[in-house]
Amino acid sequence: MIIDINFIGLIIASIMASAVPLILASCGELITERSGVLNLGVEGMMIIGAISGFALMTVTGSLIIAVFGAMLAGVLISTIFAFLTQTLITNHVATGLALTIFGIGISAMIGKNFVGIPGKEFPVLFEGLKDTIPLLGPILFGHSIVFYFAFALPFITSYFLKKTKIGLIVRAVGDSPESASNQGINVKLVRYACILYGGAMSGLAGAYLSMIYTPQWIENMTGGRGWIALALVVFSTWNPIKILIGAMIFGGLTIIQFHMQAIGVRIPVQFLTALPYIVTIIVLVVISRDSRKIRLSTPSSLGKSFHKDN
Amino acid sequence: MIKIVKRDQPPRAIFFFTPVLAIFLTLVAGGLIFFILGFKPFEALKFFFIVPIADKYGFSELLLKATPLCLIAIGLSFCFKSNNWNIGAEGQLTFGAIVSGGVALLFYEQEGFYILPIVILAGAIGGMLYASIPAILKTYFNTNEILVSLMLVYVSKLILDYLVVGPWSNPEGFNFPETRQFSDSAKLPLLFEGLRIHAGIFLALAAVVISWFVFYKTYLGFQMKVSGFSLKTARYAGYKGKKMIILVFLISGACAGLAGVGEITGPIGQLHREISPDYGFTAIIVAFLGRLHPVGIIFASLVVAITYLGAETAQIFMQIPKYTGQVFQGMILFFLLASDYLLFFKIKFIGSKK
Repeated sequence: MIIDINFIGLIIASIMASAVPLILASCGELITERSGVLNLGVEGMMIIGAISGFALMTVTGSLIIAVFGAMLAGVLISTIFAFLTQTLITNHVATGLALTIFGIGISAMIGKNFVGIPGKEFPVLFEGLKDTIPLLGPILFGHSIVFYFAFALPFITSYFLKKTKIGLIVRAVGDSPESASNQGINVKLVRYACILYGGAMSGLAGAYLSMIYTPQWIENMTGGRGWIALALVVFSTWNPIKILIGAMIFGGLTIIQFHMQAIGVRIPVQFLTALPYIVTIIVLVVISRDSRKIRLSTPSSLGKSFHKDN
Repeated sequence: MIKIVKRDQPPRAIFFFTPVLAIFLTLVAGGLIFFILGFKPFEALKFFFIVPIADKYGFSELLLKATPLCLIAIGLSFCFKSNNWNIGAEGQLTFGAIVSGGVALLFYEQEGFYILPIVILAGAIGGMLYASIPAILKTYFNTNEILVSLMLVYVSKLILDYLVVGPWSNPEGFNFPETRQFSDSAKLPLLFEGLRIHAGIFLALAAVVISWFVFYKTYLGFQMKVSGFSLKTARYAGYKGKKMIILVFLISGACAGLAGVGEITGPIGQLHREISPDYGFTAIIVAFLGRLHPVGIIFASLVVAITYLGAETAQIFMQIPKYTGQVFQGMILFFLLASDYLLFFKIKFIGSKK
């Protein structure tokens, strides 16, 4: 059997492409969680980003407006979550669920007039270099700017958390809001910012889906990716670099499933589709088993409200 | 001037008043959304909330939709009261329906009074089995139950899809993704001629009564309440935490499974791909709106059931997508959580004069 080396390169590139929305949303949520806030609304923010990006692209014709508009939409919808959990001190889990349900509903409402409209071509970079290097060519070149940003993001996030002062503040707020507050840090303000940032990244992840990955609008098109992104944050034990690895595994599962169907492996398609979810559960079990380890890496105040009495 | 003061103890009146406030605010916000979309707000709200239940048939449909919501929410209230975040009731519903549907198919074209009880029992067991997965993983492997129960929802829907397309599909069904129709003995009896409301409503009412008894009259109910307030206290008091986690998950799984049975042996009468319009997720809202109180949940399930009917009517008469129902459901939960602020804080209006 002859295996074309560029074909392998193409498969790896397609795995990376399917990992992009997971990386974006997970890295955003990671910052939110590092500040002590558990936002279960990722799926809702993502789908809002997807419809906003697609709608703005169709209406304005500008890809730049669409991409930034989708991020802004993510910020706006996450503001609801931030206001409720930080200002009105509501339960994080319930508020996040409401956000997801609300987001799916409102996106379908907005998206009603955009069903069946073909998307636009999104420009790719370094197209010409694709054939210059075997194997690596298709992996490295010919992708959208969002793609490159996604693969840089875990490293940026890691640097931000470890090396910058603001990153230190975010971690302090997540690990010990009381002491951070005593140091004169405005805990709620930091958490607001982290929630809004998470919303922007989820919005971008959604825009990637509806504008680049499968350029069209379909109701509920995020299909549970937001939840997998949440699971990835736990998988990574709140370490951005490991998000990259996790997202590649999940992207790989999705892509391999297509190829196995194509070469006629006789496994029911539903089983293959279920695989990422089952693997998520198995991975969660393996990581969480060591309760000491998970406690050490989890932001100590995750999901707990902070309120300072005047 | 407005001053916000923390309350020492949440007043009971406000505890039951805020859900009403939340519903009112949802109507206002909903009217606003309709207005933005270019509809007359009052007319749209009338189509959404009054027209669907204005006649006998509509009222029967309301009870039909409220039944699974009430049943699942009762089960969930066991979990939520004891601080267990089971958000995968939709999966437990689906798996319960699969198991009971499989049993019902075994009795294909057979008659007998014993068939229906076996089918119902099978559904409850199916739901319990499925709920036991997150419960066991939580207790023995320290795994987050939110993510596990949720992932299992997707898995259950794919199992159902596989079965109705593949091995269980109707041999005479022209490859439609559905099973054979169950025999009459495996179907819940209809209560009135010409209406779809069926005997499943009694399952929901029984769950209400039993849960009320357990919550307020048994030691178990007391233990659950304490664990909900403070896990540390519960541990200090020597309660068996692990046993309780598994128990509440099993109860909640059984209720969701029964809701699944009600759907497939009631209005549907067979298994196919879409047996539940996300009742399992919506029931989470119902449980909160009903304040995790059995009687509250009855009212909440009726209110939320209207959003399903309203969305259908609005889709037909106003060409608004049926997902609008979810917008309302999300808003109800937002406003409910927001108005809980009043429980813990008092807003004082102080005159600006010196």
